[in-house]
Amino acid sequence: MTLGDIAIGNLRRRKGKAFFVLAGLLIGVSTVVALLSLVTAMKEDINHKLEMYGANVLIVPKTENLSLTYGGLSLGGVSFEMREIKEEELANIAKIPNANNVAAVGPMVLGPVTVGGRQLLMAGVDFQAFRVLRPWWVVKGQEPDDGGALLGAEAARLLGLATGGRLTINGRELTVSGVLDVTGSQDDGLIFAPLAMTQELLGKEGRISMAEVAALCSGCPIPEMVQQISAVLPGANVMAIQQVVKGRMETLGHFEKFSYGISGLVLLVGSLMVLVTMMGSVRERTVEIGIFSAMGFRGSHVIRIILMEAAIVAGLAGVLGYLLGFGATKLLIPLFAEGGHGAHVAFDPILAAGAFVLSLVVGLAASSYPAFTASRLDPNEALRAL
Amino acid sequence: MKRIQAEGIEKRYGTGDTAVTALKGVSFTIEPGEFVSVMGESGSGKSTLLSIVGTLNRPTTGRLMVDDVDVYALGQDARADFRRESIGFVFQNFNLLPYLTLAENVMLPLATVGEKKAQKRAKALAALERVGLARKAGRLPGQISGGEQERVAIARAIVGRPPIILADEPTGNLDSKTGKEIMAIINTLNAEGMTIIMVTHNPEYAAYANRVLRVADGILAH
Ligand SMILES: Nc1ncnc2c1ncn2[C@@H]1O[C@H](COP(=O)(O)OP(=O)(O)OP(=O)(O)O)[C@@H](O)[C@H]1O
Ligand SMILES: [Mg+2]
Repeated sequence: MTLGDIAIGNLRRRKGKAFFVLAGLLIGVSTVVALLSLVTAMKEDINHKLEMYGANVLIVPKTENLSLTYGGLSLGGVSFEMREIKEEELANIAKIPNANNVAAVGPMVLGPVTVGGRQLLMAGVDFQAFRVLRPWWVVKGQEPDDGGALLGAEAARLLGLATGGRLTINGRELTVSGVLDVTGSQDDGLIFAPLAMTQELLGKEGRISMAEVAALCSGCPIPEMVQQISAVLPGANVMAIQQVVKGRMETLGHFEKFSYGISGLVLLVGSLMVLVTMMGSVRERTVEIGIFSAMGFRGSHVIRIILMEAAIVAGLAGVLGYLLGFGATKLLIPLFAEGGHGAHVAFDPILAAGAFVLSLVVGLAASSYPAFTASRLDPNEALRAL
Repeated sequence: MKRIQAEGIEKRYGTGDTAVTALKGVSFTIEPGEFVSVMGESGSGKSTLLSIVGTLNRPTTGRLMVDDVDVYALGQDARADFRRESIGFVFQNFNLLPYLTLAENVMLPLATVGEKKAQKRAKALAALERVGLARKAGRLPGQISGGEQERVAIARAIVGRPPIILADEPTGNLDSKTGKEIMAIINTLNAEGMTIIMVTHNPEYAAYANRVLRVADGILAH
């Protein structure tokens, strides 16, 4: 016979009260778990989309001249007499404090070329980096090696070329290794070729016209990264691409705040339920507590019995609350995440532990006043009630 | 050493117009091993006296010494510890916890002490044996008779081997045959050296005691 045995015996006997305490905590904990994991899942969904978006930082030469647009983005700079960046300087990006968040750096050399009497823009790129920077590219054929070229859909149509065709640029014959599906961007009109070969063809060895950077972000600080890159590339103009996702991020931000508000409210209601139920339980047990006093229990022993009861129920509510919240999120996620793909919930040990601790803290906090009241009951008064 | 020494004890309940003075200056001493019964009319202050001796009810004025300790000068925790070690209560209404078995009820005073469960259980069974209920140790209080419940209450009071047993009308709810059985047990405990103070309305049971304290309207009448 220990204080714990008394606590357990009491819970068994007052299952209704124990159930009420459990329900109060369960509602609170499962709501918090559901909302938090919903927010997390939606954030992951958005980050996933961010990654799908490709580049989010552009590096272009500093210029005071006309603006040039690319992909509907204002780049700054001028198409002719373009100033350039030294290719080797790009290596400095690996040294910025947030270098870990850099998924890919894609240098690009641009220059006008004449093919079959037509003026086109030729782009020398690092195809490996472009797999990250242009995840939406669909190549019919293959990425080009040295001596090869990849044509944008529009360029292929204009030149009447398909995979396997040949074209001559500045006296060098290139084989079309593949054609891009329509992207709806300026990529459609370009001839892409390996960087080194293009620099040679355009007479721009060791120089690049611009570079794109993909930052892998779950809330990684794009503006700070822009500053960091600017610092290591003094000759370049570094800018963030305004994301379409930004709007969704804001909505999510509102939802997150709303979630915290609701969570707080539900927890408050839950803890009030615990408080009222525990208070009722203490009142029902005045005689019993009087007996404890007569047996020589200290006030702190009485407090311990009541808090132990609360902790047992709260621990159970923590586990069940996590499971319930987890299940609710699984059911709700298709309604919140666009299309329901990408977003998913997985068992989160930190959230599970957090739910358990939260339940204990709320359960114990809400029971502390009833426990204190119980410890202060006058045993003489209690025993006289008989 | 006096076991119990009450000096000018007064107890007033409530304040103002509704105040009731249950004890109006009571002094007495009880020697170790004495068996004292307390008698008096209903409302005369017997239970109040017993609860004050039991360290559960602080007197308005006066001093209570138990084994030369001024118990109401102790802090709350120290007083609880003192109660656990020195005093066993037997109530008229048994006051057993209905959700605990007889053995667990008897172990209750040991719940706050750091002993092995097996040791506590052995003590409880020994105490139940004393009152002839060891074989019903696993039952719940609702499954035994009133007389048996009172015997469990006695077992619980003696499990910690306190020097003092306080009993408030332990036979009040029992038929006379059962009452006599209970009295026999109490008498044996006294014979073994326990100091016993018992409130009773029954002169026949009061006769078991060495001495009778008569309370009338808050005053001791010798
Ligand atoms: N906690 C209390 N609050 C207020 N008044 C009380 C309290 N306890 C006892 N009294 C009053 O004090 C007086 C003495 O009560 P007490 O219970 O000590 O009498 P008693 O001799 O035990 O009576 P009975 O034989 O009926 O048990 C009574 O008038 C009672 O109403
Ligand atoms: Mg009484």
